[in-house]
Amino acid sequence: MQKQLAKMKQSLFDQGYLDEQFIQLEDLQDDANPNFVEEVVTLYYRDSVRLVQNIEQALEKNPLDFSKLEGYMHQFKGSSSSFGAKKVKTECTQFREYCRAGNAEGCKRTFQELKKEYATLKKKLEVYFQLARQAGPVEKACRPK
Amino acid sequence: MSGGVTTEMKFHVLAVDDSIIDRKLIERLLKTSSYQVTVVESGVKALEYLGLLDDEKSNTKSDTNSTTWNQNEIQVNMIITDYCMPGITGYDLLRKIKESTVLKDIPVVIMSSENVPSRINSCLEHGAEDFFLKPVQQSDVNKLRPHLMREKEKGKENQFNSINKRKPIEECLSPDRTRIRFNNDLVA
Repeated sequence: MQKQLAKMKQSLFDQGYLDEQFIQLEDLQDDANPNFVEEVVTLYYRDSVRLVQNIEQALEKNPLDFSKLEGYMHQFKGSSSSFGAKKVKTECTQFREYCRAGNAEGCKRTFQELKKEYATLKKKLEVYFQLARQAGPVEKACRPK
Repeated sequence: MSGGVTTEMKFHVLAVDDSIIDRKLIERLLKTSSYQVTVVESGVKALEYLGLLDDEKSNTKSDTNSTTWNQNEIQVNMIITDYCMPGITGYDLLRKIKESTVLKDIPVVIMSSENVPSRINSCLEHGAEDFFLKPVQQSDVNKLRPHLMREKEKGKENQFNSINKRKPIEECLSPDRTRIRFNNDLVA
């Protein structure tokens, strides 16, 4: 079970879904707080629903308020990077660049990508956490690569 | 060591961040380092907690909460705050704290996701102890202890509930600089 979990984690890292920050969070887990990372991720997906909706609405306006969009994306990027959501973070960065360039099409296109990455990560982490719960307490020495 | 057990002084850190995720993270990071933590979601809430917002109001507040935000009882040893927040920014908060006669010696650390040298310099120039780039990590939080220990060594021990004093206070403290809670036994 542990091996399976480790393999899955390695895969998430190799494919670029997660970065070092995820490990930082896992290192904060202990007997008293064994599911800290899962709690953070759950909180993230719950809290960002509103933000995604706001961005979607803002993208429907004409002309786009790039400043507002950049502000939203700053938040999104911040919380995504706080738990190591690498691909989501990358899309956020791209989005902000398009905002700065005033590129509406770029923004809309990137946001579609962002939502895809956001949803994919959610599914993968759901599996990961389920596996983690089944596997029991994970040794902290389980660092990928 | 003056015989027996040395009381582990728990430093109390006030963390300020408008992001719920980052609040959860900083709280966990600080607790892992055995700090006592209070987390608030805005600069305004921080000022309220510190008693800088409305003195009369905070003193007459009678909460049924377990946390009584009575200015006289609150002892904060460090403030760590996000820079970019709606309303009062971390920078504004820093300025207000450093302008306060009561609170100006509390170390303030700024966190930001943006690496802007002018911003960092400005914060440091205005008295910030340190500046952390987000996402914050354990290694950043480990840097806090020296700042806290230094303030302690400067003779701020009377800000703590000092039961076990490890050594007598050698320097002479000017009364208005410190919030003196015990009017006696400052000497071992």
